[in-house]
Amino acid sequence: MHLEEWKRRPFYPPLLLGAVALLASASLAWAASATREAIREAEARDLRDSLAQVLPQGFAENDIAAGGVRVDVEAGASPLTVYRALRDGVTRGVVFTVSGKGYGGEIAVLMAVDREGRVLGVRVLKHTETPGLGDKIETAKSDWIRDFSGKTLETANWAVKKDGGDFDQFAGATITPRAVVNAVRDGLETFSRHRAVILGEARAGAEKENGQGGAS
Amino acid sequence: MNPPVKTLVRDGIWDNNVVFAQMLALCPTMAVTTSGANGLGMGLATTAVLATSNVLVALLRGVVSQEVRIPVFIVLIASLVTVVDMALNAWLHELYKVLGLFIALIVVNCAILGRAEAFASRNGVRASFVDGLAMGLGFTFALVVIGLIREGLGSGTLFAQASQLLGARFAFLEIRLHEHGGALLMILPPGAFAVMGFLLAGKRVLDARLETRRGNAVALPQIPPASA
Repeated sequence: MHLEEWKRRPFYPPLLLGAVALLASASLAWAASATREAIREAEARDLRDSLAQVLPQGFAENDIAAGGVRVDVEAGASPLTVYRALRDGVTRGVVFTVSGKGYGGEIAVLMAVDREGRVLGVRVLKHTETPGLGDKIETAKSDWIRDFSGKTLETANWAVKKDGGDFDQFAGATITPRAVVNAVRDGLETFSRHRAVILGEARAGAEKENGQGGAS
Repeated sequence: MNPPVKTLVRDGIWDNNVVFAQMLALCPTMAVTTSGANGLGMGLATTAVLATSNVLVALLRGVVSQEVRIPVFIVLIASLVTVVDMALNAWLHELYKVLGLFIALIVVNCAILGRAEAFASRNGVRASFVDGLAMGLGFTFALVVIGLIREGLGSGTLFAQASQLLGARFAFLEIRLHEHGGALLMILPPGAFAVMGFLLAGKRVLDARLETRRGNAVALPQIPPASA
């Protein structure tokens, strides 16, 4: 039978749509499996790069990215993934992510803190803020985020200037920097409350960890 | 029956420009044109998807029946965009970090479905490819023009961060017009509408001038009275 005749049959459109959907899903499944490994590698590389950015050079002698440890900090809250920077067997500092609620959605922030609770560095990992306004939190667009380095909970007033704090807001965007400042402050507070656990120096019984293999 | 390449290119870039003539894809247009570099990134990503989706639709145009053509096109376009998204993420990760934001937005770009429906489902593969390319370049052109105007007035720069998109060799494109910021309004949504309105008016006046010069006087206001 000729194609034009088939096309007039009532069952032709649903069959065609079904076939196209099947082919499309098959190609998506194939593409997802073909790219999964490469995407994972690329993301691991990103993590390594970000870790290298928030920590001063030569700060740690271990491969920090390989040793992510999940630590239960707050009851009920999701565990915090902590990367510990070690030297001579002692944790010199830790890196972990915090998140803030920005104007366009969640802002994922990576922060490094030393043993004394001093910020070593902060970088934004992921955000969906307005291009040209809120994206000044990226180092590629502005140096704003470098202001956090060296500050502790005590030595800075953790709010944007509009709210009476120490940190600049951007022209036309207050919500974004406020979200980042608050996220970093919350991160520091979490660190000071659970310092021993996060540093990995709490009594063995008090520490609930998994996946620490190869961290030291 | 295939229209000549010259007509296709002219149509895509000027006469039937996606933004300035068809008035399609206004949502991504308004959203991403806060700077010239953003416009360029979105434009290029869209061009690639548009050309590919046109080819796919033209290939399948014989078997797709009238009743289900729209869902079939949508499934094709959405899958294509997702595959492009994953492939870029995997193998061109640096570029993905800059363009990634825009790629997901391409799915909702009605210009792509528009070209599938209006052109690729009725024309050959080669003509559809050329049409997709030309329409995409026209879209890119519109986005870059709007983006540059908004960026220039709003932030006082031109093509800021273009080197992130195109590579360090293109750093010379980045120009700082003045130091003291600019009219923030232009970066915010109202600026997009204002720039868009002036550009549309400008294009109409220009087109009418060109027509008169060719000797065919046309009545300029062909715009129907606003009803909505």
